[in-house]
Amino acid sequence: MFEEYLNLAVKAIFVENMALTFFLGMCSFLAVSKKVETAVGLGLAVIFVLTVTVPANNLIQTHLLSEGALAWISPEFADVDLTFLNLLCFIGTIAAMVQLVEMTTDRFFPALHATLGIFLPLIAVNCAILGGSLFMVERDYDFGESVVFGLGSGIGWFLAIVALASIRERLRYSNVPHGLRGLGMTFVVTGLMAFGFMAFGGIQL
Amino acid sequence: MAVKKSEAALDPLWNNNPIALQVLGICSALAVTTKMETSLVMCVAVICVLTLSNLTVSLLRHQIPNSIRIIVQLTVIASLVIVTDQILKAYVYEISKQLSVFVGLIITNCIIMGRAEAFAMQNPPSLAILDGIGNGLGYSAILMATAVLRELFGSGKLYGYSILPTVSEGGWYLPNGLMLLSPAAFFIIGGLIWAIRVWKPAQVEMDG
Repeated sequence: MFEEYLNLAVKAIFVENMALTFFLGMCSFLAVSKKVETAVGLGLAVIFVLTVTVPANNLIQTHLLSEGALAWISPEFADVDLTFLNLLCFIGTIAAMVQLVEMTTDRFFPALHATLGIFLPLIAVNCAILGGSLFMVERDYDFGESVVFGLGSGIGWFLAIVALASIRERLRYSNVPHGLRGLGMTFVVTGLMAFGFMAFGGIQL
Repeated sequence: MAVKKSEAALDPLWNNNPIALQVLGICSALAVTTKMETSLVMCVAVICVLTLSNLTVSLLRHQIPNSIRIIVQLTVIASLVIVTDQILKAYVYEISKQLSVFVGLIITNCIIMGRAEAFAMQNPPSLAILDGIGNGLGYSAILMATAVLRELFGSGKLYGYSILPTVSEGGWYLPNGLMLLSPAAFFIIGGLIWAIRVWKPAQVEMDG
């Protein structure tokens, strides 16, 4: 049991890294990676939101949306299949969770809120978050697995953005060709990092 | 009128490309471009959703209260994406399987949110439609260019037809497997951005 979870976590963090293998959350990945500090803030917020929303959406999917899930109301609903609504429900859950996280941190952890503040609303439209929930549905994870998967893919994304931000801070001292400065160079660096992460391919515990 | 119609539709193609300059909608651009077929379906889906969402948001722009505009926009976009997803599943099931989660991820594609927020909220429907089509085409231009390069050099084919006969089929071309893997997509888009900026030097970022 524990071994399975560990395997899933390693797979989510390294082998199938959200940012470098599936290109999820690229927009904020490229836009917010100019400084290590801000990258750490956004990364932490992503870990947190992914760990909360993937299991939450798993509960919604199994108990409300999938075929026959509504049978607990009355037998008439046994053949209702609401799977097509999952996109709408997931994005709603994510937006609500992000709002909730923002209010909670503001009330109880003001220091953390000051660090994460501006990034929290951004996260609602970060594709890594919705992607996490959609992968959970596609791969049929159960509740326990989706907790591990959410946490793992969050950590993977965190690692990738912090690494990219550190490289970009260093890059400021190098003489990049004019046309390639900024966005172009960031793409090339990310490509090289994706190479590095490919070395993890096929690792199983 | 602040923005001319021709500008609304044509500017996003080269001068203000959503991927190369606005840094929007990159996630899906990288993931679906291993084959021209999947990229084409993705482009059509994005153009449709973008145009319709721009139109809807623009029509509703006087009714949407400012404080809840994001959730309203998300709901409009999510509904359109659900319709698109169902249509794809009904008519091109194989391709929709290959696109897997990326159709659903059109919801969080920042081009669509970004244009709804930046353009459709302030402009009349006719302009918003043109802006939607223009940005959709600008996105498609980069997507298709990347897909052509990756499919041609990665498997010697274009749109599934053999162009360069590969060694395994008795030809001479040894396919470059790297082109089908994720790093190649980053390099190609980085290169395309470089090419556009050499052509249009005004887009160069001096501080990066």
